[in-house]
Amino acid sequence: MRKNWTLLLALLLSVGMVLAACGGGADKEEETKDADKGEEETTTDFKVAMVTDIGGVDDKSFNQSAWEGLKAWGEEHGIEEKKGFDYAQSNDKADYMPNLTRLIRDEYNMIFAIGFELKEDLNKVAKQYPDTHFAIVDDVVEQDNVASINFKEHQGSFLVGVAAAMKTKTNKVGFVGGVDSPLISKFESGFIAGVKSVNPDIEVDVQYAESFGAADKGKVIASNMYNNDIDVIYHASGGTGNGVFNEAKDLKKNDPDRDIWVIGVDRDQHEEGQIGDHNVTLTSMVKRVDVAVHDLSNKAMNGEHHGGEVLEYGLEEDAINVATTNEDAMTQDIIDAVEDWKEKILSGDIEVPKTREETEKFLEAL
Amino acid sequence: MIDVLQSIIPTALFFSAPLIFTALGGVFSERSGVVNIGLEGLMVMGAFVGIVFNLTFADALGGWTPWISIIVATFVGAIFSIIHAVASVSFRADQVVSGVAINFLALGLGVYLTKQWYGKGQTEMVSQPFFSNDIPFLSDIPIIGPMFFKGVYTTSYIAILFAVIAWYILYKTPFGLRLRSVGEHPMAADTNGINVYKMRYIAVIISGALGGLGGSVFALTIASNFSHSTIVGQGFISLAAVIFGKWHPLGALGAALFFGLAQSLSVVSSSVPFLASVPDIFLLIAPYVLTILALAGFIGRADAPKANGVPYIKGTR
Repeated sequence: MRKNWTLLLALLLSVGMVLAACGGGADKEEETKDADKGEEETTTDFKVAMVTDIGGVDDKSFNQSAWEGLKAWGEEHGIEEKKGFDYAQSNDKADYMPNLTRLIRDEYNMIFAIGFELKEDLNKVAKQYPDTHFAIVDDVVEQDNVASINFKEHQGSFLVGVAAAMKTKTNKVGFVGGVDSPLISKFESGFIAGVKSVNPDIEVDVQYAESFGAADKGKVIASNMYNNDIDVIYHASGGTGNGVFNEAKDLKKNDPDRDIWVIGVDRDQHEEGQIGDHNVTLTSMVKRVDVAVHDLSNKAMNGEHHGGEVLEYGLEEDAINVATTNEDAMTQDIIDAVEDWKEKILSGDIEVPKTREETEKFLEAL
Repeated sequence: MIDVLQSIIPTALFFSAPLIFTALGGVFSERSGVVNIGLEGLMVMGAFVGIVFNLTFADALGGWTPWISIIVATFVGAIFSIIHAVASVSFRADQVVSGVAINFLALGLGVYLTKQWYGKGQTEMVSQPFFSNDIPFLSDIPIIGPMFFKGVYTTSYIAILFAVIAWYILYKTPFGLRLRSVGEHPMAADTNGINVYKMRYIAVIISGALGGLGGSVFALTIASNFSHSTIVGQGFISLAAVIFGKWHPLGALGAALFFGLAQSLSVVSSSVPFLASVPDIFLLIAPYVLTILALAGFIGRADAPKANGVPYIKGTR
């Protein structure tokens, strides 16, 4: 008797797994079909594809942005979707490998892996298929046929730092980081440098949640920061930032006259800041993955490959942006100031620091 | 010092509320002799239902949306926990395995349905979450007012109220006595005419309701949306609170509040003179270290209900 129930439990467990996996099944079949069709009717000889991470192609973040870049590339060259460019959706980490190999078998010349999560799988695949060209976003894969796309987040962070410094009335601003790592310290360093460049007397409080998914921790940190008279918080912390937005909106809801702001990251987080008729999102540091994908596709089409190189996209390429959606908050003088500093960065007058040591030197030189 | 308390206490309160609800659920279940590792999964379910309901009905229900959302999440949590009750009470399956199954199932189901319904890995942010407010009159009291009654969530106080009610039910009513006796010595309870299975079913369903409530309160006060990483570990922290609180509702309340306090202390510490030199990590691990110490018997004996985790088979000795 007892054994039977253990069996039932095992069954229950597997139902959970199957359900989670199921979601992908239908889509994938569809995609495979579409991809096959594409192969038959190809008009150009150059084909580009991308593999999303588990966020999916409509994640309103870098996957979606990358796909928009591919679509723009296709439009530029009059190539139709599915025929010369396509994407493969990953619903699970286990999908990365099959998605990559499927696209290779479908003879795509250039394949983008979107996000650092694909690093290990791409590393294996790139070794097996030395004739296909790959690119990875947000990480570095050291293979001769893989180009690594990185962004100069410190530049964008510097500019939102300028905006924060112009906006603060209390002369105190905050930075909430996800996990203390070389990537996030680029954000931190750029932000601090930007703030201090405008006014060296402004205090910057830096806190790390040590997680990209801890909304509760983000909320506690934000609550503490706003309590301590900090009025602008820049977050570079993924899902943890939801807690920051949540706290800011809560305070704004209770006291609409209070001037508190959040600066979003990666994409324009205007929508997250909406509370009634107000919006707490001052601006966002936008990473234009689409620009990078579009650009690299063009280069690859012209036979210019950057395998084994780390490509850094920044202000020069228009791949880093500062959002100006919140017109009430981003007043003209702030936008002008941001533009001024942008010019200085572009002309090379200032070198934005990207590590803590460089920040120290930068601040001493001020 | 007062300033510090005024910033620590409100954050500790909102951080603790979901833990209190869920831990109370754990107390009910474990007091009746059913180990409930599935608290995490029940919270996931609650968070998922709370968010989906809120997103769907926000326009129709307006300001009442979050309240109705948590009530719906409570019901769904209760229904969902019946799986655990059937497996571990009627079918006498290993309660730990069944609990783990609940955790897997809830997360799988939640993420799967989110993808089906919204076509992406996470939902939008809800437009009608809970907002903090000042409690009239009480918030004007000097010193204490700002600490306890300014910018607080009503749900935090409901959580504390629930803890007191749970204590009353478990320790002052015949129902509570029966529930506890079933967890201590089911055979003795059975010979006295108490339906052990029924009591355990009720206890597990109550734990499901409270777990769902805790999850939805977390989602609607803190996270504002649902994704695979909305509930990560809060259910297990609640379980730790049950043990640290020695399977007593008020103990669990204290433990959950203490966890919240430690969490907000670790954030605030940098601005507190005598804590600034203490590395964050010590404050962060304090609750867990204390739980281990409590289990190891350093802080008084932690007496688990005697029949906790043992399926009852009628007629055996």
